[in-house]
Amino acid sequence: MKDNAAEVSEMIPFGYELDEDHLLLRDSIREFARNVVAPGAIERDIKGEFPADIVKQLGEMGYQGICVPEEYGGAGMDALASAIVVEELSRADASVGVINSVQNSLVIDPILRFGSEAQKKEWLPPMASGQWLDAFSLSEAGSGSDAGAMKCRAEKVGDEWVVNGTKLWVTNGAEADFYLLFVRTEEGDRKNASALGVMRDTPGLTVGKHEDKLGIRGSSTVELIFENCRVPASHLVGERGNGLKIALTAIDGGRLGIAAQALGIARAALEKSVTYSIERKQFGKSLCEFQAIQWKIADMATRIAASRALVYKGCWLKSRGEPSPHIPAMAKVFAAETASFCANQAIQIFGGMGYCREGEVERYLRDAKITEIYEGTSEMQRLTIAKSLIDNPGRIGRA
Amino acid sequence: MSFELSDDLLAIRELTGGFAAERIAPHARKWDAEKWLPDEVIREMGKVGILGVSLPEAYGGAGQGLLGMTVVVEEIARWCGATALMIAAHSGLCSAHIRIAGNDSQKNHWLPKLATGKVIGAWCLSEPECGSDAEALTTRAEKSAGGWLLNGRKFWITNGKRADVFVVTARTKPQRGARTISAFIVEKGTPGLIVGEPEDKMGMRASDTVPVTLENCEIPEENLCGGLHEGYVDALRVLDRGRVTIGSLSVGLARGCLEESVKYAAERKSFGAALHAHQAIAMKLADMDTQIEAARLLVRQAACTHDAGRPDKQLSSMAKLFASEMASRVGWEAIQIHGGAGYTKDVCVERLLRDNKLCEIGEGSSEVQRILISRAEVMRLGA
Repeated sequence: MKDNAAEVSEMIPFGYELDEDHLLLRDSIREFARNVVAPGAIERDIKGEFPADIVKQLGEMGYQGICVPEEYGGAGMDALASAIVVEELSRADASVGVINSVQNSLVIDPILRFGSEAQKKEWLPPMASGQWLDAFSLSEAGSGSDAGAMKCRAEKVGDEWVVNGTKLWVTNGAEADFYLLFVRTEEGDRKNASALGVMRDTPGLTVGKHEDKLGIRGSSTVELIFENCRVPASHLVGERGNGLKIALTAIDGGRLGIAAQALGIARAALEKSVTYSIERKQFGKSLCEFQAIQWKIADMATRIAASRALVYKGCWLKSRGEPSPHIPAMAKVFAAETASFCANQAIQIFGGMGYCREGEVERYLRDAKITEIYEGTSEMQRLTIAKSLIDNPGRIGRA
Repeated sequence: MSFELSDDLLAIRELTGGFAAERIAPHARKWDAEKWLPDEVIREMGKVGILGVSLPEAYGGAGQGLLGMTVVVEEIARWCGATALMIAAHSGLCSAHIRIAGNDSQKNHWLPKLATGKVIGAWCLSEPECGSDAEALTTRAEKSAGGWLLNGRKFWITNGKRADVFVVTARTKPQRGARTISAFIVEKGTPGLIVGEPEDKMGMRASDTVPVTLENCEIPEENLCGGLHEGYVDALRVLDRGRVTIGSLSVGLARGCLEESVKYAAERKSFGAALHAHQAIAMKLADMDTQIEAARLLVRQAACTHDAGRPDKQLSSMAKLFASEMASRVGWEAIQIHGGAGYTKDVCVERLLRDNKLCEIGEGSSEVQRILISRAEVMRLGA
């Protein structure tokens, strides 16, 4: 059977080896990222500039709606494909990675799951073609992880929802054409929210303050102000009162996107470090010949491999429709902390150059930090993992 | 891409897990104190197929490759690292070396007996003066009238006290270099094969670790295992696989620590609530769980690269490095969660932690793994 293993060549039966379709996808998005995304990344970070032209091209190539089924004009690919795109984009520029991830994971995915047929027919084609940019709006000044405490509210008046309130930290918010908005529609702290699809040009919606951020400075993060903003009743996504469930489901899926973003940042940090450690000479030797540097490279590479295994397993489970409360949480918390670790090591390997903006690796650390915070902080992920373990201790031995 | 075990492997896991819970778990503490595994348990592991899980069916094995080995070793290590180490050395090193390098007659003679535990195997590479730097070994083999004459000292030989057959590496060319060493099969009772007294170790105490001295030990010519001067190259191939096995051993030890901790954190109350209701403890459990999952994925994937005929050596090193260091962190946290109870031998976590320290050292220390991983990364990106 496996006696002549050395002569046999087959797909690796367990693990994250990619099939041909995903390899082709990876190679093409990698090339795009190298040629188009990477060149202006430092400048966009310094200026806080949105990569409008890149996002337009991503849309034209079908990457802004990669998981949208073909019947709605999308590429009809799976969760793994989406993760690969986010990873490769983030390796060049994590801001571009999150712009893509928000659209696919936080807006398109919940519309596919919870939206009506009419909504899908109307909204998905322009999203899939990149004509529309999407944003997801849940957080408020007083409600982050504790989303049920939201204050922004909508009242049903005739055929419309009248929205009043303020939302914060809306990624893609300044440029978006479509917002998946979560508003309080009922009293109480459970089942109190609903999801609405809101077009940018709806009267009563204004974009407020632009945040000046530590990292992912190429993506916009804004305040949204709603003043008697009237949204058609037909834009209610899912059932009234089911908004929190929709939001949490979206974030559950989004964790894999952010984990893939972290993986891209970590890989950028490792690959830049290795290249630099070969070129840079001290004491007559390349840096990579010193064990002190080899240690860092080995630890970065190992944690990246472990992160990838978790992320891909999460995607695999998602594609099979197997709900797993803990694997996406593990993928996100582990990949996010790996990204920060690798970026910090990269700065150390680059030394003074790493502390300067033109060295680029300092951006990786600033970008990495957000992956530990948004779409469920590392603390929330750990609570999720612990809860699933306490509820089902037998799963440890059945993995 | 897949993250599933086959039905065959799931059945083997079930069987091994049941065996371990029934035949190993109740006695592991005693074996640790007595510094010896009963022969009977090893024979039983042979009978139920645990020792032959990775050998081809033609030799009486289950044909489950290295992936099968990792599944079995994890189940056993969950209760007792020493028993798992016995399997790792017997199946993962001795049997694997004969399977990889031996000729048909050696394979036909030894593998069915090793697969069923009728004979116990040991593997002799390390010496008093060379561990990580194994290529510097000084045991030598010289042609004699009757075959080969072996002289030298081997150290830290797992299973050495109970072994019936030893695979011994020895220098067949005086100078250093990769192709200057050969491997030989030496049977117990061969004049000149002197097995010493077991070491008194920190962990893995029930597994016997002995020095083996070869004093004009003469063996037949046909006991050369593999090509002349090819023994070191073959040994490295065995070690590449053995690393993955050690990774799975650490995963099993860490799993034991986590399972005990989850149980204790549910039962034990403090400040009016179960321990696990305190975030300080919940955060620990989540980290332990995450790291075990990550390590297990690396181990299984690395194993499968070997089974598919495309061994990924870097991944094998990563699996061992990450799993072994992970299990030590998990072990310390398990003791912390158990508090005073964890510091005593009434709870098995201190034993599992002691057992795991060996996994950071044996079959290529963490330091050696990091050098190998880094070198592979530089080669990959520097080309």
